[in-house]
Amino acid sequence: MLARRIIPCLDVRENRVVKGVRFRNHRVVGDILELAMRYRDEGADELVFYDITASPDRRTVDRQWITKIAKILDIPFCVAGGIRSVKDAEDILNAGAEKISINSPALENPALIDELARRFGSQCVVVGIDSDMTTEGYRVRQYTGDPSKSCDSGRSTLAWLLEAQSRGAGEIVVNCMASDGVRSGYDLAQLAALREACRVPLVASGGAGSSEHFIEVFRKARVDAALAASVFHSGSLAIGELKKQLRIARIEVRP
Amino acid sequence: MPVVIIDSGGANLASVVYALARLGVDTIVTHDAAIIRSAERVLLPGVGNASAIMARLNAHDLVPVVQSLTCPVLGICLGMQLLFDRSAEGNTSGLGVISGNIEALRGRHDLPAPHMGWNTLRRWQDDPLLEGCGDADWFYFVHNYLAPVDATYTVTTTEYGEEFSSIVRRKNFCGVQFHPERSGKSGARLLENFVRLSSCA
Repeated sequence: MLARRIIPCLDVRENRVVKGVRFRNHRVVGDILELAMRYRDEGADELVFYDITASPDRRTVDRQWITKIAKILDIPFCVAGGIRSVKDAEDILNAGAEKISINSPALENPALIDELARRFGSQCVVVGIDSDMTTEGYRVRQYTGDPSKSCDSGRSTLAWLLEAQSRGAGEIVVNCMASDGVRSGYDLAQLAALREACRVPLVASGGAGSSEHFIEVFRKARVDAALAASVFHSGSLAIGELKKQLRIARIEVRP
Repeated sequence: MPVVIIDSGGANLASVVYALARLGVDTIVTHDAAIIRSAERVLLPGVGNASAIMARLNAHDLVPVVQSLTCPVLGICLGMQLLFDRSAEGNTSGLGVISGNIEALRGRHDLPAPHMGWNTLRRWQDDPLLEGCGDADWFYFVHNYLAPVDATYTVTTTEYGEEFSSIVRRKNFCGVQFHPERSGKSGARLLENFVRLSSCA
């Protein structure tokens, strides 16, 4: 039976792993390779490396560290940040990443999703959506890596999820911005509603603070995977302990 | 002798090379027919699109070369699917070294497609590739198409809404639907088993 996945997310800025609260005030939490290996050893099912400065600066991620990670890491990993062309994606996949994740560039040019899916297969193409609760409902935000450039993309989260999947996204990651970094739990109502519409794997992101939050998001929102950063980087929840709690709750996980 | 990896133009060649390097195994990535013919072991990786990779194999006249190999051949993911007669992905003809057709996963049940993540194997036949592997081994899958179950080629099945073939074999040709190069220690053991297979299967 397919296991639910636990995915630590390493936000990368200038070759270091950082973490902000509600997408702001980033502080350095450690070395990329060191953290990647620590999470692998603890039982992470997959890793996401997200270059949070790449997209607003209109530059692509530095590929040196991707090759280093691909050489030592024996679990899948995804690279996100500033991928704006088929060539950018190809370089990253050729360097050894399993998947590439696009966010702001897909909002600028939705046809990029179709091009990437046609060229590499939809299984490589992840679309990340930064979703924020507004008076108009859940809306997609753009350029969230930089507070001075972050803005409303003019799209509702559900409409964008449907468009991304029809264009060929193989996986959708929904970052619930209101709950990001504050460890009060995933946005279950939003994720459960999106699950109904989502026919590709759905990954919950933003808000994990305890094992209970993971149990809830798998049970109530039926997501395929749960992504988290600060709860793991701070050491307040170890992945081994989390998986033990998930097994006790009868949620299938890889040991 | 190094393991010869057919340059299928797909994007996961590097991760296969690195996984074998972690086992201390040298590799040659090539589309040179002479090198492939004289190999002791051949690996056919593949990520992307079945018709694109078949077009690339055809462009280098590699289809008859691969079909006539007598050494151990391991297809990974799309590389496994290309061992079959046909794939529903782009309605493409495959290498035809295993009789059967690859079918689309979407539409068979309501589960999300692709089948993405870690899953286990149920053994139908013993196989040297599975030496030392058991029920506690998990492997990483990412695929939108699948090989149905058939006693003539199924070595293991995996469950995702239904049972499908996760390892297949006919004579010296074997294929794995999952990515051993990204399946932790379990995947490394399977690759090590492949590297240790006798070169005249």
